[in-house]
Amino acid sequence: MTAHSTSPAFKENAHNALADAQLQKALGNVRLNFIGRRAAAADRLPEFEALRDQARDIRDHVLRYLDVYLEIYERNVVAAGGHVHWARTADEACSIIVDIAKARGAKTVAKGKSMVSEEIGLNAALERAGVKAIETDLGEYIIQLRGEAPSHIIAPAVHLNQEDVEAEFRKAHTHLPKDRDLEAPEALLAEARAELRAKFLSADVGVTGANFLVAETGTSIIVTNEGNGDLSQILPKVHVVVASIEKIAPTLEDASALMRVLARSATGQDMSVYTTLSTGPRRLDDVDGPQEYHVVLVDNGRSNMLGTDFEDMLRCIRCGACMNHCPVYHAVGGHAYGWVYPGPMGAVLTPSLIGVEKSGHLPNASTFCGRCESVCPVHIPLPKLMRHWREREFERHLSPAPARAGLSLWAFFAKRPALYRFATSVAMRALAWLGRDKGRFASLPLAKGWTKTRDMPAPQGATFQAQWKTQRKRSR
Amino acid sequence: MNAQKQPPRVGLFATCLVDLFRPSVGFAAVKLLEDAGCQVTVPSQTCCGQPAFNSGDRRTARDLALQVMDAFVNVDYIVAPSGSCGGMIARHYPELFENDPSLRARAHAFAAKMHELVSFLVDVLKVEHVKAAFPEKVAYHDSCSGLRELGVCAQPRKLLDTVEGLEQVEMKDPDVCCGFGGAFAVKYGEISDAIVGVKADTIEESGARVVLAGDLGCLMNMAGKLSRRGSGIEVRHVAEVLAGMTGTPAIGAPQKKSA
Repeated sequence: MTAHSTSPAFKENAHNALADAQLQKALGNVRLNFIGRRAAAADRLPEFEALRDQARDIRDHVLRYLDVYLEIYERNVVAAGGHVHWARTADEACSIIVDIAKARGAKTVAKGKSMVSEEIGLNAALERAGVKAIETDLGEYIIQLRGEAPSHIIAPAVHLNQEDVEAEFRKAHTHLPKDRDLEAPEALLAEARAELRAKFLSADVGVTGANFLVAETGTSIIVTNEGNGDLSQILPKVHVVVASIEKIAPTLEDASALMRVLARSATGQDMSVYTTLSTGPRRLDDVDGPQEYHVVLVDNGRSNMLGTDFEDMLRCIRCGACMNHCPVYHAVGGHAYGWVYPGPMGAVLTPSLIGVEKSGHLPNASTFCGRCESVCPVHIPLPKLMRHWREREFERHLSPAPARAGLSLWAFFAKRPALYRFATSVAMRALAWLGRDKGRFASLPLAKGWTKTRDMPAPQGATFQAQWKTQRKRSR
Repeated sequence: MNAQKQPPRVGLFATCLVDLFRPSVGFAAVKLLEDAGCQVTVPSQTCCGQPAFNSGDRRTARDLALQVMDAFVNVDYIVAPSGSCGGMIARHYPELFENDPSLRARAHAFAAKMHELVSFLVDVLKVEHVKAAFPEKVAYHDSCSGLRELGVCAQPRKLLDTVEGLEQVEMKDPDVCCGFGGAFAVKYGEISDAIVGVKADTIEESGARVVLAGDLGCLMNMAGKLSRRGSGIEVRHVAEVLAGMTGTPAIGAPQKKSA
């Protein structure tokens, strides 16, 4: 079952997020940590802009021939001794993975970080089948303890502060001495590592996502900074890769070109610490590796985006740069968006996957400042795609009635210049007269959303067009 | 060839906000353009259509775009004291008529004539300096559309450097959105307010006494936030300072009592 959504409550979510001092403190780290590092990484590489163009072209090529590459990829996975499963929906994907786990009598599943597993609600599905999923990425581990969803696609616990993590560990790890020192971040890391190590060793099945699926070799690639993905997929007997269908890179060369922009855009690293390539199960002369290797290819709405206005969104390589640079994300954080994918990429992708009627706020809650597009490593025109969603909402009469009424009243005048000039010239004189003492309004009907916290500057008086006309007449 | 002797004919697209709220910016734009040797006209105008375009109402946006294209004839350039409306015309008009073979070429040609005021002065008219004095410490905010759609960034700073007595300081992150976003500022007022709150902090921390930008929407948002906070920082359109027309009260400041 696709993950639960609170996107219809975006406004309330945002209101609560803005009032949450702890969250606001944590969100300061997004601004602080990601933006400068990405800029520095891009500046260090003279060919970075050319690489972005190349990355966009590779992704466009993949989408144009996606069916062809998926079949090549499948053939090569099978040739390497792996299994490929096709899932049209979230439910199908979950059933496939649950069946694999149950057939092997699995009690626990070790999971590397995977956004598509969040999208399909995999942990809940495993839970219902009596299988415990253990998140092994530090951030994912923390939010799993808290029963929360990720608030960022690459930094799932970015909404938390260090003291929140310490409190959570004290609550969860009750078998450890109460007076232990968890002051330093290193102490928290060491404790998580020790807790997780035992779980890696006891897991029957390892589930990871994939950053790329390489068609020419049937290889799945993950990049991590903790090495947890490697342990998740090497130690258990069975490795299941769950990935959405657009993750294809035709060749290893293409994957490496995409990786050159991925880490730089995401964290400002030249490369992530670990880059792990998996091709099939353990071979005879391998020193380690799983006995079985499965790939679950998830569509869940993506093939419907091909050939539409929203196809460009499928270029996304999940770096998170768009949300890292988004003023709205900075203000409200990821949970406010109400579903798996937050920020600008979520504002486009979520309506595509769960329907715009359930997520109509998301593409509207943007100032269209364009900073997301300016940092996107594959040049996704995010504001344009959000605008396309607004068009769909307008066509289907999903936008709020007062906004529609206001828009058509304004349009009535704007399309009649003479009437407009007359009406605005009267209105502006009246407003100017009303605001003459202070030069601004502390409250205005119809603009409460503005004047509740900001003044509205008053107009100067006669309109520019009216003044211009009299001036030019006089000078003639 | 004495074709170059002909003054460039510029149609001023004042923008609806300047037309309605701050005509002094329109007159400042006219002065700057005339000082640079242009022959300026002000064709009948309402709005570029951006509010409709960004609300998903493409039909109204197209109607208004056609109205603008019909009004601005017999000009060499269309110039607006705004990167937002300028971006709408220069970048999005072609998009509006992309699938309309009868209008596509016209929209592209029209878009190519469109310029934001300050970048037009610097990049097209090669203006090197202005004749103005403003002995104040000012910070310039980069409005998003001007910056990212039209590349307006160095030009205003370059001309401001030639204003007598003016000292420029940079606020932190001048390229970050002020939270205006048109209807966003009212529809998502709380979020918009949080964003402009951060912007107001950085303006106050910069030590500037005056904040300038090239778009009236952003300016009204920043002015509204600063005045609600009781800050004494003045907010003005960059054209007013470049034209030396700073006699009018700043945005959101009380009108001077007439004697």
